[in-house]
Amino acid sequence: MCLAIPGTITKIEGTDADIDYGGVSKCASIRFAEDAKVGDIVLVHAGFVIQKLDRKDGEELQKLVDETMRSIR
Amino acid sequence: MNYQTEDLAAGIRKLASEVGDVTIMEVCGTHTQNIRRFGIPSLLPGNIRLVSGPGCPVCVTSQEDIAAAVFAAGRENVIFVCFGDMMRVPCRAGSLEKLRQAGRDVRLATSPLDALKIAKENPRKEIVYFGIGFETTAPHTAALVEAAERTGTGNLSILNVHKTMPEAIRYLLRGENQISALLCPGHVASVTGSDAFSFVASELQRPAAVSGFEAFEILAAILKLLDMIRKKDPQCVNMYPQAVTREGNRQAQELMDKIFKPCDAVWRGIGCIPGSGLAFRECYAGYDAKKRFDIPHQETEEPEKCLCAKILKGEKNPEDCVFFGKECTPDNPVGPCMVSSEGSCAACYRYRP
Repeated sequence: MCLAIPGTITKIEGTDADIDYGGVSKCASIRFAEDAKVGDIVLVHAGFVIQKLDRKDGEELQKLVDETMRSIR
Repeated sequence: MNYQTEDLAAGIRKLASEVGDVTIMEVCGTHTQNIRRFGIPSLLPGNIRLVSGPGCPVCVTSQEDIAAAVFAAGRENVIFVCFGDMMRVPCRAGSLEKLRQAGRDVRLATSPLDALKIAKENPRKEIVYFGIGFETTAPHTAALVEAAERTGTGNLSILNVHKTMPEAIRYLLRGENQISALLCPGHVASVTGSDAFSFVASELQRPAAVSGFEAFEILAAILKLLDMIRKKDPQCVNMYPQAVTREGNRQAQELMDKIFKPCDAVWRGIGCIPGSGLAFRECYAGYDAKKRFDIPHQETEEPEKCLCAKILKGEKNPEDCVFFGKECTPDNPVGPCMVSSEGSCAACYRYRP
């Protein structure tokens, strides 16, 4: 039930947004992401956008891992 | 350097040799499922044990609340709307699925706002939405109430059994237990913010790491937890920076706070945890289905010998239960941890070696 899926906003009308999930499009509410824009990559859970995703795509996590890995060598 | 999964597994093995026995608890149904799906336990040395806490919303919904749902769904003139996971959960009075088979109008939703649409399409019917889950779904139910209020939808009410995660974690880790560290739920944290879990380190002196759901992300969080255990330096670290910020989703938090207030809640297998539930604030009490339909409180008993209560607290593993894989399977579940695909017994059964 806590599964959230990433998608890209393709259209916004009021608090409704069309989200593209790699070819499949579905509507979700942006009630909790009112500053969302077309092109934003977002996390959608049960019909609501719950967070905008960082576009750097894992770069920051690699940095966090690097800090730990360096300390254990 | 771009680290891969095998680098993390090697790092974990190295750190594990420097610490004693470690038990890491996760409290998210999707973590439960993915840890099994990716075979994460097989990558860990024997002294590192992963246990599932009360992170599956279906599993922790009390028998009394399931009985209340069956009561409401069985009423004349009611259309009952819920997430699919809840359909098969049995209680003494039956299940929502059995009611549907018997001809009652029980419908599946993929979003709480589906209930508003059904209410508009069926103005002569009473629509009851089953509000279940943690901080990932409670704001959505709050948004449903807000939309019903705005549109003057009077034929909609909520059977509200929402719960919040931090108080349950505090309750579990405060008591006697073997939990060394906490893998925090990534999507709950995307709403609450990682700061909501900082008490695990500051108050309970256990390392905590907010984790994503891919194998690499889960292993990265485990690596970080072991590093903190080794250094005896418990902190709350956000290892899911792509989706989680310290403050979380303020709009969702504010709406949740506008509609609900904290209350005590009964968690299946654990009992009443003070402050771990969400009750309607007075001005929204009219949406409370328990009041609207005068739903009676029904005492129920857990199936005898079922270990779900101990499994939900991380004290036992699914394989320790006499029913597991015999009388109790996903097709014929005895206890709640086998009903939902996110339950620890169901995940363990599905991905067993």
